Amino acid sequence: MAKRLISLTVNGSKVEREVEDRRLLIHFLREDLRLTGAHVGCETSHCGACTVDMDGKSVKSCTVFAVQADGSNIRTIEGMAQADGSLHPLQEGFRMQHGLQCGFCTPGMIMRSYRFLQENPNPTEEEIRMGISGNLCRCTGYQNIVKAIRYAADKINQIPMKEAAE
Amino acid sequence: MIPARFDYHRPQSKRQALEMLGQVLGDGRILAGGHSLIPMMKLRIAAPAHLIDISRIGELKGIAIRGSDIEIGAMTTQHELIASDSLAEACPIIREAAKLIADPQVRYCGTLGGNIGNGDPGNDMPGLMQCLNATYVLESMKGVRVVPARSFYAGAYSTALKDGELLTKVRFTAPPKGHGYAYKKLKRKVGDYATAAAAVILQMADGKVSQASIALTNVADTPLYAKDASDRIAGTSLQSADIDAAVAAAEAIARPAADSRGSVEYRTKMAGVMVRRALMEAAGRSSATAGQSVSPDKKEHKAGGLFGWLKG
Repeated sequence: MAKRLISLTVNGSKVEREVEDRRLLIHFLREDLRLTGAHVGCETSHCGACTVDMDGKSVKSCTVFAVQADGSNIRTIEGMAQADGSLHPLQEGFRMQHGLQCGFCTPGMIMRSYRFLQENPNPTEEEIRMGISGNLCRCTGYQNIVKAIRYAADKINQIPMKEAAE
Repeated sequence: MIPARFDYHRPQSKRQALEMLGQVLGDGRILAGGHSLIPMMKLRIAAPAHLIDISRIGELKGIAIRGSDIEIGAMTTQHELIASDSLAEACPIIREAAKLIADPQVRYCGTLGGNIGNGDPGNDMPGLMQCLNATYVLESMKGVRVVPARSFYAGAYSTALKDGELLTKVRFTAPPKGHGYAYKKLKRKVGDYATAAAAVILQMADGKVSQASIALTNVADTPLYAKDASDRIAGTSLQSADIDAAVAAAEAIARPAADSRGSVEYRTKMAGVMVRRALMEAAGRSSATAGQSVSPDKKEHKAGGLFGWLKG
């Protein structure tokens, strides 16, 4: 089967690979690039566990072909922390607010929240819930995920956090 | 889940896309947002030999508003429809309906053209386009056809679109300023297709409905323009008997399938309930009746709690 050369930017680095046209972006990221943060969940674009950021949009990478990402700029959970290991405010928020239990949905939740907070830097609780409505969590009941995103919004907006240590 | 093999093509212009489509004809499929087609390919329900990706062709995107004439490029995404303040001002029902489609991630990719063109009776935009009496522009190497939304749909996944044709844009006339509108969709969860949904546009004058348009989503194998229900509302002052008559007329044309969303009887009844709620809300939003009823938007928010905003 003929392969096609694609070139894209992933977490700030230029990447060139040959892929089959039918290669899904999630498989390309996980298997070809060994970036296993984005998870394969439902495989039917419902659960959001495979969410990555692509050209300023949150996309479910199980429903995008790698060839569609040719020329794109992609960010995954692996690209969120600083080079020195310091966490992104969203990662810190999920940690401080106990925004995860099993952790399976977390990379997708964080990548979705990353884009959501850029579009809506100071969201209400309702807006957060609608903003992450394409991501399923079967453990937390969402309460602490919402808090984690609010924590990150406050941190990014540099509002002092009263409940940070809770 | 891995789809069957295919050849991917990314034409750079509409003309190039039409040429490719003319060459591959029945062996090829247009790839727009891909969020209906790719899942079908993964399930091997669809196995096109060629995919023609038109999602990045700029001339197929965009919202043009000239007076009351609105033209929307087929590759405009649901996200872009929601984000457009000028569209929300001219025709707010589009934003209201688009926000009820799928979820945020899917709306970044999903396009108006894909939603109206693939013929899935679960899609929300076809009913809305019938309510607005929109027309679809279909282009091929042989020329251009314009088909009204109200006669485009023949059955599930069966439309007036012919091999080699591409749906390039949608046109409609915005209802006059101050019109009442509502898109009401009953669904089990975010991302679900409608158990039943109704689109309503009303124009009021002197306390009476001067024009009414009602359409239904996902209660038949095509969207349904509810002409009889619309006619029964026009000319009335929206007394409860008038609304009852329109609801009955809408239920009379519903032909839903029994599925996990409910029985035939339930979904038929829900089509009527959605029409009733949409009529009430549209009447409340119409400037001619403003002040006579509580703004339904605010009421819903206050009723709020968890389910106030969750209900779609």
